[in-house]
Amino acid sequence: MTETYSNHRFPCVVEAENLTKRFNHFTAVNGISFKILPGECFGILGPNGAGKTTTIRMVYGFSPMTDGTLKVFGLDIRRDWRRIKAAIGVCQQENSLDPDLTVLQNLEVFARYFDIPGKVARERANELLAFFALEHRQEAQVSELSGGMMRRLVLARALINNPDLLILDEPTTGLDPQSRHQVWDRLEDLRKKGMSILLTTHYMEEASQLCDRLVIIDHGLILVEGKPEDLIAYHVGRDVIEINEPSQELRSFVQSQDLEYEDLGHRLMIYCEDRGDLYEKITRDFCREGCLMRMATLEDVFLKLTGRELRE
Amino acid sequence: MLKLNLSRRFVRVWQRNLTVYRKSWKISFIPPFLEPFFYLAAFGVGLSGLVGSVRFQGSEISYVQFIAPGLIGMSIMYNAFFETTYASFVRMYYQKTFDAIMATPLSLEEVITGEIIWGATKSLIAATIMLGVISFFGLLRYPSCLLILPLALVGGIAFASIGMFFTGIVVNIEMFNLPVFLFVTPMFLFSGIFFPLENLPPWAQHAALVFPLTHLTILTRSFSVGGHESSLLWSVVYLVFFSLVFFLLALRQMNRRLIK
Repeated sequence: MTETYSNHRFPCVVEAENLTKRFNHFTAVNGISFKILPGECFGILGPNGAGKTTTIRMVYGFSPMTDGTLKVFGLDIRRDWRRIKAAIGVCQQENSLDPDLTVLQNLEVFARYFDIPGKVARERANELLAFFALEHRQEAQVSELSGGMMRRLVLARALINNPDLLILDEPTTGLDPQSRHQVWDRLEDLRKKGMSILLTTHYMEEASQLCDRLVIIDHGLILVEGKPEDLIAYHVGRDVIEINEPSQELRSFVQSQDLEYEDLGHRLMIYCEDRGDLYEKITRDFCREGCLMRMATLEDVFLKLTGRELRE
Repeated sequence: MLKLNLSRRFVRVWQRNLTVYRKSWKISFIPPFLEPFFYLAAFGVGLSGLVGSVRFQGSEISYVQFIAPGLIGMSIMYNAFFETTYASFVRMYYQKTFDAIMATPLSLEEVITGEIIWGATKSLIAATIMLGVISFFGLLRYPSCLLILPLALVGGIAFASIGMFFTGIVVNIEMFNLPVFLFVTPMFLFSGIFFPLENLPPWAQHAALVFPLTHLTILTRSFSVGGHESSLLWSVVYLVFFSLVFFLLALRQMNRRLIK
């Protein structure tokens, strides 16, 4: 795959304004607005049931929206859904590969839905199978593939129409670490070539690594939006001191200082910047074990904003 | 009101099913090929000794000649109905094939139409094979029996549409037992395939006219035995009307089921 995806024919790939989805009396997406720029990898993060999948389903024309405006490639999704869908590649959360067909046939049959002529489809399918390291399995039945291979095939299928926007709904959920890294590498390649990507995930590592910009949503609302590193710096700071089983003295000490912290009962988290001295003092005076200082991550931001209680 | 997003693109879904069918066509050919042998052996050899001949439109015909065209009608029904019930349900519910296709430039209406036309195509394939086999026994009158082929498409669309309508409402795949037991089986028995409907009490004769298979049987039998009457046109009109109503109902039901 040699082509690059420098599609700057439209100012915004996706432009959602006040996007709303209601199911009877339940509001799954509650008037969110966001923009995706060409060549950008944009992430939608959120706990289960936050409205991630509902949002992207509206973007690829699967779910009709209840309210708001949604433009993809500058076209209105309500009117120009067919043109929009023709220029999007979608990797759905549930495996929707065709088990009645071989690996190669999955790509060729899918190409027909886009009216791609047979010869072009065959060439493109072969390129994609090579890109995703599946060329040796092209005659295999889908059921013979491993989980990682299936996911790569779904990705290959999503690229068969040479899309201007790739939409990925939790692309690495359920994969082993090796397969996950392989998927990330391929997505990184596509990103470098200028492919615009919209992805949902609840792997914070995935989001930090892949996304140029992201939103964290919960209960159908956008909580924050920004670059991963900016969000970490703004909401958490640079470092986190984590203390397991904090003593009462330590609690009082932390309370007496002007610190931003979270008390989780069995664990105390202090969000700070350049406080090696504080860490030293805590380990020296209060606890010799069960205390560590680490870099702040997107996961800290996520948990701080969406809370720690279980969902569903 | 239902807005139809329907274009020629439904052919892509039909092609997808054809691609899958071609992978196993040698096996798929066997049932419609053997079915007439079984039925003709059981009823033709086994039963006709008891029955003798049957009066059909004023003339005496053998019992085998009587049931043979009905068997083609039955096969048209079974092939379309089972394709858009069990097979479509598996593709929709277990294999997520419809979900995948709906992320491409196709609409739900095109997916469903492609499935229904495919079901009718299976009816046509089965009818063609059975026509060949039954002709071999000299039980069909040419060329009028060739009208069964276009009829297989019309009847196929009727049964594929009502099958797809049931696929839109069942909760799980076991629930297809209900329409099979309450709709398909009574039709199989009381549509005039195995005995003339005139043998039934008048109210039952009228009731049987609701069944699309009754009309399909009237048409296949007239096309293969001969003897045309004016009521044939009404049977065609009824089948077309039935198809149209259930095609629209199937689209509406699948729309409710899948568009969220």
